[in-house]
Amino acid sequence: MTANGWFQILLFLLLVFLATKPLGIFMARVFNREKTFMDPVLRPVERLLYRVTRVDENHEMRWTEYAVAVLLFSMVSMVVLYLMERLQGYLPFNPQKFGAVAPAHLAFNTAASFTTNTNWQAYSGETTMSYFTQMAGLAFHNFISAATGIALAIALIRGIARRQMQTIGNFWVDLVRCSLWVLLPFCLIGALVLVSQGVVQNLKPYDTAKLVEPMRVQKVTADGKAVVDNQGKPVMDTVTEQTIAQGPVASQEIIKEWGTNGGGFFNANSAHPFENPTPLTNLIELFSIFAIGSGLTYTLGRMTNSQRHGWAVWAAMAVLFLAGVTVAYWAEARGNPLLAGTDQRVGNLQPGGNMEGKEVRFGIANSALFATVTTDASCGAINSWHDSFTPLGGMVPLANIMMSEVIFGGVGSGLYGMLIDVVLAVFIAGLMVGRTPEYLGKKIEAYDVKMAMLFVLVFPMVILIFTAISVVHPLGSAGISNPGPHGLSQVLYAFTSGAGNNGSAFAGLTVNTAWYDTTIGITMLIGRFFMIIPMLAIAGNLAQKKYVPPSLGTFPVTTPLFTVLLIGVIIIVGALTFFPALSLGPILEHLLMAAGKTF
Amino acid sequence: MKRNLLTAVLMTIATTILFGIIYPLLVTGIAQALFSAKANGQLIQIDGKTVGSAIIGQGFSGPGYFRSRPSSAGNGYDAANTNGSQLGPTNQKLIDRVKGDVATAESDHPGTAVPIDLVTSSASGVDPHITPAAAEFQLSRVAKERGATVDRLRALVAKHTEGRQLGILGEARVNVLELNLDLDQQFPMNKKASIR
Repeated sequence: MTANGWFQILLFLLLVFLATKPLGIFMARVFNREKTFMDPVLRPVERLLYRVTRVDENHEMRWTEYAVAVLLFSMVSMVVLYLMERLQGYLPFNPQKFGAVAPAHLAFNTAASFTTNTNWQAYSGETTMSYFTQMAGLAFHNFISAATGIALAIALIRGIARRQMQTIGNFWVDLVRCSLWVLLPFCLIGALVLVSQGVVQNLKPYDTAKLVEPMRVQKVTADGKAVVDNQGKPVMDTVTEQTIAQGPVASQEIIKEWGTNGGGFFNANSAHPFENPTPLTNLIELFSIFAIGSGLTYTLGRMTNSQRHGWAVWAAMAVLFLAGVTVAYWAEARGNPLLAGTDQRVGNLQPGGNMEGKEVRFGIANSALFATVTTDASCGAINSWHDSFTPLGGMVPLANIMMSEVIFGGVGSGLYGMLIDVVLAVFIAGLMVGRTPEYLGKKIEAYDVKMAMLFVLVFPMVILIFTAISVVHPLGSAGISNPGPHGLSQVLYAFTSGAGNNGSAFAGLTVNTAWYDTTIGITMLIGRFFMIIPMLAIAGNLAQKKYVPPSLGTFPVTTPLFTVLLIGVIIIVGALTFFPALSLGPILEHLLMAAGKTF
Repeated sequence: MKRNLLTAVLMTIATTILFGIIYPLLVTGIAQALFSAKANGQLIQIDGKTVGSAIIGQGFSGPGYFRSRPSSAGNGYDAANTNGSQLGPTNQKLIDRVKGDVATAESDHPGTAVPIDLVTSSASGVDPHITPAAAEFQLSRVAKERGATVDRLRALVAKHTEGRQLGILGEARVNVLELNLDLDQQFPMNKKASIR
């Protein structure tokens, strides 16, 4: 670890902190339908959208109608994406003449993935998707799945803030206002800033370059197997050209992070120099992942008239973030003891550490930071491969997702996940002092806790059941590429990432098979939609409750004590559920690596 | 229900046009007008021929060039098939591959530990950079092959070394393609490995 590395990490957190209040106030104004400085431009667009989509902007929805609207919109847009993938050969903006996304289970998996804000990618962008599918299918879903998540969080905040009311807002209005005010302006400017640093943005066919030095390479068949002659020696080939993939990358790159989506335009995601060319673009992308999640804690405080509660939640997130990044940075900086003859020490001329699967311009600090941030949030973009991290370094992203990505979190989903943990924390505090728990003037009763537990239990259940089946049945175990305990980590990571709607991977696992495409596709849909229904039920139930003024027995949710209790609940609910699985995966691998064992 | 279904369909169409078509085309138009070179991938042209992109790495293995990092992108440095090795830290395949690359690299300085980035594959497989340590490690070999003094080569490396951005961000790095192109200009080899 270096002083500069820590300085970069703390600088990043400072930027997120500074953005929290202005962004939080702005979002509160947007969702309260108050005036903002952007209204002269955006209000006419908003009105036009309502007219063509037949939305009555003054209509208020009960939680059930809100949920139905979310589900219908997700279903329709998912079907459209599936059809777009299958028909892309007939659609425009396809200079590489890619045919349909095939097989059908890959197209299903991808449609489920982008609809649920997961952006799990069982395909490689530059060899599969046309520019049209990337723009109108994938980047489009990056906008609306993010806006849907934020709308849901706002609905829950309204449920907490409102008193004796039946409704929690209008989904269509929240969706449109979020897309137009919160997402679009930042993305327009951010995309151009990224281009100025070298992120590409064009619609031309791939370029071909004549290599400066021709390469002698092993000849491989189309499916990646080495070609051998009749004596069994590999056949060599001379490569003289390099094909350079292009595309409208910047416009997709910025919403990929700002909406915590994470699906790379290219297979290498934010490690690709065309997606993330400089350390400055790296910082912009990191900031974009956390900014909305952080701002929403302020919005929570503002809309519930308890700003200190918002900051208490923020503090819990910041503490957990720092804990994660510390472990990841430490583990990666120590390097891999099994690589003999290499210099992994920090020096004047190199940052050292475990550089397998990492880029030189980012080094160790920015790779560990990115891995932590992308899994604290439900982003899933990567600038280094988590599969090649040291065992403990790779456990950090895994454990982050297992804690339901509530550390700043996915846009919207992070906050509503965190508020479920808050409900549980308040409930546990109530049990300890023997009083009916209250949260911001609302009594937390059996129905609320039941729904919160449903939310909490669906998540590990789907992960652990599918992982267990996959590691014992050849359908799943055949995909494992790293043997030993690391193999379990690969499968566990895949389903955790799917259920958490993260989208990052231990990417050596072969996932484009009927088994994984289907099961992970289902996991993503469960991880999104089965969890928002109980969450909205809590929102609806809280909205209709009476206000109970705080009394002496009320557990305050604005103090450091509350922050500590909340962190405890997150760790117990998240990490401990998975501790046995983690012991058999990364922890065991760490011990074996220290003992010099390889697989 | 029926009304919301109709809205869901109409909303999908309207927002696809706005965010899926108008927005990216608008960004493309402005980007092409303001930052044309960057938006098109910073291609390097020599005598009217494209020889690469300034920010996409190429494989170099000849003794007269500064070598780039091992690559797992397609056949190696395939910029239309980017990927890392995806090998876990305890995978024997990783240990063996690194051992082989260490054996090759070590001949530059027998008995000295090899800078780690020179024997580990990058995340993108098209990492355009190596660390200054990895460049320094190769100096004497390249100098000998090119018939140049180590000091003059070191100056050339320094010219293609970028420090931390704004003095703070990222890590120092050497652009291998630009360095090797400059090498061919300033200290041409006796033809043999060169393709031009």
